[in-house]
Amino acid sequence: MQVSEAWLRELVNPPIDTAQLVAQLTMAGLEVDAVTPVAADFSGVVVGEVLETVQHPNADKLRVCQVNVGQEQPLQIVCGASNVRPGLKVPAALIGAVLPGDFKIKESKLRGELSFGMLCSEKELGLAATSEGLMELPIDAPVGRDIRDYLLLSDNVIELGLTPNRADCLSVVGVAREVAVLNGLTLPADDSVVIEPQHQQTLEVQVHSAEACPVYLGRLIKGIDPAAQTPLWMQERLRRSGIRSLSPVVDVTNYVLIELGQPLHAFDADKLAAPIVVRRSRPGELLALLNDQAIELDGEALVIADQQQALALAGVMGGKDSAVFGETCDIFLECAFFTPINIAGKARQFGLHTDSSHRFERGVDFNLQRRAIERATQLILEIAGGSPGPVTEVINTEALPIRSAVKLRSARIEKMLGIQRSDAQVHELFGGLGMQVVSCEDGWEITPPGFRFDIAIEEDLLEEIGRVYGYNNLPSSSLLMRSELGKAPESVLVLDRLQDCLVDRGYQQAITYSFVDEAMQNAVAPGDEFIRIRNPISSELAVMRTTLWCGLLNAALYNINRQQSRVRLFETGLRFYYEGGEIQQRKTLAGLALGNLHAEQWGEKSRKVDFFDAKADVEALLAFTATKMRFESSQHPALHPGQTARILNARGEAIGLLGMLHPTLQKQLGFDSPVFLFELDQDAILQHKVPKFTPLSKFPSVRRDMALLVAEEVSADAILGCISECGEQAIRDVSIFDIYRGQGVAAGSKSVALSLVLQDFAQTLTDTEIDAIFRRVLETLTAKLNAKLRE
Amino acid sequence: MSASIEDIVKQALDELAQATDLGQLDQVRVNYLGKKGLFTQQMKELGSMDPEQRRSAGQVINDAKNTFQDALETRKLALEGAELAARLASESIDVTLPGRGQDVAGLHPVTTTLRRISKIFASVGFNVVEGPEIEDDYHNFGALNIPEHHPARAMHDTFYFDAHTVLRTHTSPVQIRVMESEKPPLKVIAPGRVYRCDSDLTHTPMFHQVEGFLVDTDVSFADLKGVVFEFLRAFFEKDIQVRFRPSYFPFTEPSAEVDIECVMCDGQGCRVCSQTGWLEVMGCGMIHPEVFKSVGIDHQTYSGFAFGMGVERLAMLRYGINDLRMFFENDLKFLQQFR
Repeated sequence: MQVSEAWLRELVNPPIDTAQLVAQLTMAGLEVDAVTPVAADFSGVVVGEVLETVQHPNADKLRVCQVNVGQEQPLQIVCGASNVRPGLKVPAALIGAVLPGDFKIKESKLRGELSFGMLCSEKELGLAATSEGLMELPIDAPVGRDIRDYLLLSDNVIELGLTPNRADCLSVVGVAREVAVLNGLTLPADDSVVIEPQHQQTLEVQVHSAEACPVYLGRLIKGIDPAAQTPLWMQERLRRSGIRSLSPVVDVTNYVLIELGQPLHAFDADKLAAPIVVRRSRPGELLALLNDQAIELDGEALVIADQQQALALAGVMGGKDSAVFGETCDIFLECAFFTPINIAGKARQFGLHTDSSHRFERGVDFNLQRRAIERATQLILEIAGGSPGPVTEVINTEALPIRSAVKLRSARIEKMLGIQRSDAQVHELFGGLGMQVVSCEDGWEITPPGFRFDIAIEEDLLEEIGRVYGYNNLPSSSLLMRSELGKAPESVLVLDRLQDCLVDRGYQQAITYSFVDEAMQNAVAPGDEFIRIRNPISSELAVMRTTLWCGLLNAALYNINRQQSRVRLFETGLRFYYEGGEIQQRKTLAGLALGNLHAEQWGEKSRKVDFFDAKADVEALLAFTATKMRFESSQHPALHPGQTARILNARGEAIGLLGMLHPTLQKQLGFDSPVFLFELDQDAILQHKVPKFTPLSKFPSVRRDMALLVAEEVSADAILGCISECGEQAIRDVSIFDIYRGQGVAAGSKSVALSLVLQDFAQTLTDTEIDAIFRRVLETLTAKLNAKLRE
Repeated sequence: MSASIEDIVKQALDELAQATDLGQLDQVRVNYLGKKGLFTQQMKELGSMDPEQRRSAGQVINDAKNTFQDALETRKLALEGAELAARLASESIDVTLPGRGQDVAGLHPVTTTLRRISKIFASVGFNVVEGPEIEDDYHNFGALNIPEHHPARAMHDTFYFDAHTVLRTHTSPVQIRVMESEKPPLKVIAPGRVYRCDSDLTHTPMFHQVEGFLVDTDVSFADLKGVVFEFLRAFFEKDIQVRFRPSYFPFTEPSAEVDIECVMCDGQGCRVCSQTGWLEVMGCGMIHPEVFKSVGIDHQTYSGFAFGMGVERLAMLRYGINDLRMFFENDLKFLQQFR
């Protein structure tokens, strides 16, 4: 909403300057987004009348003019504009004038002819970005009057960013009402006019959808002057309200819209086949709109129609066929109240947003239509003449919005806002806001006016008090509330700890979009049932990620393309997929590593990160759970078939994946070195087994090493599992410290070197006992895995 | 014989002086004190002397031996000292060379900011709660007093999956979910990702919010103001100017926008604050009775406030970041600045 400050001050003029006014509006909840002067800075320009023009003797395009500027003698001014002619009223810059851009007007000689000033265009005065020829002023413009005063150019456009609840301020009168209340002033009484009909002709109006259109007023105005021009003052006010001047009739409807907040529409009466019907559209019905857009209607939209066709999308936009145009003499003026719920969403449905729909969606005063149609008629008659008929009025009182009294309790004001308000203060405040106030036992009964759609409960009234009193002036208190001791659950880890762990291990945290490119999604997780956004912002952000790898791979590529050769990233967040037709949202943690294991460093040979480096990082995270997790060889379409592990928890449930990006995909995506990826389910890895103490043995431990020859396909896990299954209580720890292939070991086999740490709780183990354990373990390994001791 | 001893001592002392390392020194010791050493042989020769002579000659040999041993010890200490000094000199390094091993990386600035916000509120007993990002329109809109076709829905450019399933446009649905399942008193903050169908210089289709709310008996607007003031001062670690401006949110009444004095120009007016000296940092208000109704909390007994803030905005102000889009490009050169 744009408001001319001068227009506003014509209605209510508090003794404060522009900056104070703007601050006051903002602090009352009508946020001012911008304040712009309506004209650039200039001085010394007056209304001039061109008396005569003579061809310049030395220049084809110049004319020597005599201009009356209200002084005793006319001034000689040389002018090059093509529209200069005797009788024309123009802005004339006098000697000493300063035009925008600090352009000073001095006496000068143009090709030998003296010139004592300059005739100006709109552009030269900073009123328009471009202009052709001189600015033509109305014929009645007073000669010699300062142009700034005449055009009221010492004015500012105040741009308000109104919240949807404040539809009552979508008009100059509405804003003035606020300003009056904030400054303890009163608005002048409505200067409502009543126009006496000069003929009795009407168009019949039938409202079939009364619930959507409780008030419909129409009036025929016949014989207007199609050649009439909109007066300059109205053009200026419209311009300052952000509306372009089109024709007198359209300008008047727009003017009343800005002045009072009531949208009106004018039809060309010659193009209507009465009766006028307000009804729901028929499915498939077509309507060509004023903006040249043709829309196909459903059965829901509210339209204004005649006997032949839909004429207008009610409350949104008129149709092209019935619009007023340059030769229209007879018009049918419509002024209606459409209920917000019936207009809401309709404009957006057709990709439209108009001044009219903006107001009807939010709520127009349902008591305003009579005043508005009279005001519009008055202005049309003043500007374009014509003969008004009587107003046809179709009102369905039952369908009008209800304004019930809202109880405001004195105690509640004090409790919620921390201030006290007297009876007089409440009456003054709410009275000023147009509400009816009745005092009662413990407070007041307050009935909101037709233009307020946001007052239904006591809290709404409290807000009005706080707003006008000033939120900043309301008391502030320190948090004094019941407190309870915090909780410290130990069986659930905090994600922060895992994030910190990865950061400490050199992984930078990334945050990527939750929606990704479908192609990337399909490449990384083919077969996953992803969820598609119906209205994505772009095709690259169209489907919800089923894995965090999509975003991490993109982020890695982004960095590779910016000369980074080593990337370690992790992200935490949700992944999304369908499972059994249901949307699933799982908290996930994922990581990516590529390039060298360490940043390049002196004195140490660099090497590429490999599967086991990434695995160590994953194991570090899993260690926090203090539970046994297992890695098993697995397959994933995006991963290398020989370097993929599925991670299983103690119950054997898959909780994550780790692997190398498939070389084909690696190449396809544009990576030139292997990429390692992991992804873990947060819920699974944030579970922590609360530790339970086991006593320490007092007896010494013994280490025995064992080198086994086993077939290639026997996994480390199988060997360790087999030893564990032996059930030897004295074995405290087993670890693999070397894997050897090559000389001395047959092809297809490998040598696995293990260390066993043995310790007993009851005694020091003897060599005989140790040898026996060693032998039993070896026998089991031989029996189950065909392992042999390497001599 | 006496002269001979003197010669031996002299010779021995010479040899000690000539020894340049501990190995040579030990050889000198063996040459004189070993089983076949010169002093040892002298002592053996004592046996052939008469007792009177033996005593005085023994005395002479012992004195000589002592002299030698003292010199040997001195020389040994000197050589050991020199050897240690040489070793230390050879082992000295350029301590300014960088250390080796894995670098430490950093958290995303949004996470750092979220953690600080959470920490400030957790210190007064707020619980951190998360919620789903794919929401039903009831929790995202309806229960928050934003009915279908309400103009406020247009303020949230919403991503849809179907007519009733959306990407949450704010973290406020968590407020509903908590109030549906728990009874007051409640002190909760809900951080997380939110989504709006908007992308330009100052908007990304995904960003982060923190929703906070408190429900108890006797909660007033003054409490809201107090909490917001204290939070903002704690967050910016500065006694910053804060103002409350009336605004509109369907789920709060009264509603307010909170502005802080521009932290870039200390309220003097600059590009960041559009010359106003103020920066909008959060929306807040008293929880609307309709919201309480939709979760079955009696709004005559209980009252509460809620607030919501944009995390990226706070991070930008805190760290002086001037381009919102950088948060999601994940450029390492950007991320590594935030340790």
